[in-house]
Amino acid sequence: MSSHSESIIREPLITGNNITYAKISNDILAPVERMPGKAWWIGFTVASMGATLWLFAVSYTFWYGVGAWGLNKTVGWAWDITGFVWWVGIGHAGTLISAILLLFRQKWRNSINRSAEAMTIFAVICAASYIVAHMGRPWMAVYSLPLPNQYGSLWVNFNSPLIWDVFAISTYFSVSLVFWYTGLLPDIALIRDRAEGLRRKIYSVMSFGWTGSVKTWQRFETVSLILAGISTPLVLSVHSIVSTDFATSLEPGWHTTIFPPYFVAGAIFSGFAMVQTLLLIARKVLGLENYITMFHIEAMNKIIILTGSIVMVAYCTEFFIAYYSNVEYEQYAFINRYFGPYWWASWSMFCCNCVIPQVLWFKAVRRSIKATWVLSIIINIGMWFERFVIIVTSLHRDYIPSSWAMFYPTWIDLSVFVGSIGVFFTLFLLFLRVLPSIAIAEVKLLLKGSSEQEKKKILEHGHVDSTQAEFYKDALRKFDSVEIAEYEKV
Amino acid sequence: MSSTKFILGLFEDPDEMMDGIHKLQQNSIPIYDVYTPMPIHGIEAKLGIKDSRLGYAAFMFGTLGGTVIFSIIYYAMVHDWPINIGGKNAFAIPDFVPITFEWTVLYTAFGIVGTFFFATHLFPGRTPRVMDYRATDDRFVIAIDAKGNIPHEDITNLLKEAGAVEVKHNDRKYVSYE
Repeated sequence: MSSHSESIIREPLITGNNITYAKISNDILAPVERMPGKAWWIGFTVASMGATLWLFAVSYTFWYGVGAWGLNKTVGWAWDITGFVWWVGIGHAGTLISAILLLFRQKWRNSINRSAEAMTIFAVICAASYIVAHMGRPWMAVYSLPLPNQYGSLWVNFNSPLIWDVFAISTYFSVSLVFWYTGLLPDIALIRDRAEGLRRKIYSVMSFGWTGSVKTWQRFETVSLILAGISTPLVLSVHSIVSTDFATSLEPGWHTTIFPPYFVAGAIFSGFAMVQTLLLIARKVLGLENYITMFHIEAMNKIIILTGSIVMVAYCTEFFIAYYSNVEYEQYAFINRYFGPYWWASWSMFCCNCVIPQVLWFKAVRRSIKATWVLSIIINIGMWFERFVIIVTSLHRDYIPSSWAMFYPTWIDLSVFVGSIGVFFTLFLLFLRVLPSIAIAEVKLLLKGSSEQEKKKILEHGHVDSTQAEFYKDALRKFDSVEIAEYEKV
Repeated sequence: MSSTKFILGLFEDPDEMMDGIHKLQQNSIPIYDVYTPMPIHGIEAKLGIKDSRLGYAAFMFGTLGGTVIFSIIYYAMVHDWPINIGGKNAFAIPDFVPITFEWTVLYTAFGIVGTFFFATHLFPGRTPRVMDYRATDDRFVIAIDAKGNIPHEDITNLLKEAGAVEVKHNDRKYVSYE
């Protein structure tokens, strides 16, 4: 039943008074149905300038070859694979929210899953663009596919993690896209039924003729559950496979069995940081404070502190195991990592990912929007450094000192990276403009039961244990979208 | 003979709508379909709709995907062009696991979504068969085929009694056609 009432001690997932089903539609569709405001245009202009820079830098790379980047014979991977792993990692939070939290019946995911999944898709697009760009000759991408060819046929090497990656990333992208779009159908149908003229025609085509009949919803829920069930191991496999790109090599600093879980934790860590970066602004600008509440922000911060601490344990484990292994190359790799010429990168990584996020143990920090936003940026920077440190400090000095070298990025390296952020934000801003940023149908499910107004009615009714009522009222104090004064008499 | 083709009971509240379904069923009035802006749990059981069999489809697509890619890998790596890597066995099953897994997931996802769209007649450009424009927004709509279900006034009263905010007697089945 839609109206099962929930224990009073659970915090509300929708705040505000007089929320109706119609108001939910109106609130969430407002940015889609009105002309965009100044903030959107400013953001879009800046982002598309970034995207233009990306287009230029990637075209330049294709024209002149990867020699346009700062790579050399020793450091053959640098900002390209750093950027790739960084973007794929960011994508992971979206799938975690949409799939894993669905399996765990975490209802708070309902109001953040849509934009997080969109973020996943755009992040994987950016990651894939790095893969194509780092080939230098993008048409060679065809040789990563097991297609018959004139050499025999000479097949791809299915033993290679790089080929596993081709399959993992393409599966991850397409499955995420399908999952996201299927979830969008009811909301696109809503836009269609509220629109007129050409708008209705366009959304009508996009809605696939969705009606919301009983059988449709039944199948929809089955599909969502199964997709969540298969996306959960998928998302864990993707970053595990990315990590085997490194871990199966013999490179000191890469050749470690801890990589798969360590990469997955790091991916979720950075992904949630990016969700915070985007949603803290979106909730304010789009006026969605009642749906993305302080509870959501704090819950995500708790996941960040958990995964961040896992990452810290992984860093320490790596360092200890290098010492304990008695392998001198491994030991040198880690001493060099923290005390060699790239000490500043490693310590930036350690501070941004391990030391600074520890402030999230404090309630006041977890519940501060400004602090959370600043932290999310710090974590994004830290996680970029993590990949840079793993890739470049391991490569630049390995077994043969005569081939030791340093890596210096060129302005093309820089432009591809900054540009990819531009591409990401361009896509995200377009998404906010044309599609609902919150899964409307799923939020409507929460209205009866998990909303502040329902719980207030229960309180007013008076059949609640007084300690539980006090506990609940106390929990409401953290919400910036709740008028706490209204609760004095209740 | 009235020209009413469908009677729609529009509810604001899902629980009142469930009450409406209950009342109609008590009076042996068959329900054509129910349109809601969100999934309502328990409604399938009430309307006697069978469980979805998509789970079986998902399993079969997954099995197919895993088999297809494992066969491709076997053909390429073991049968057609085995590579001597330090004398190790060309049939290196553990190395084949990641890609086999990926394609199992890929086929399951596309297979089940494709089956869902096919079975539900969803595809880009399909004309939406909308009975009431607010059924995707804030109205929970019970549709009753007017033909044979008479008298219409009784149905209207039943729906109103259950809490319907509006009862429509539509001359057309779908309002979305021009």
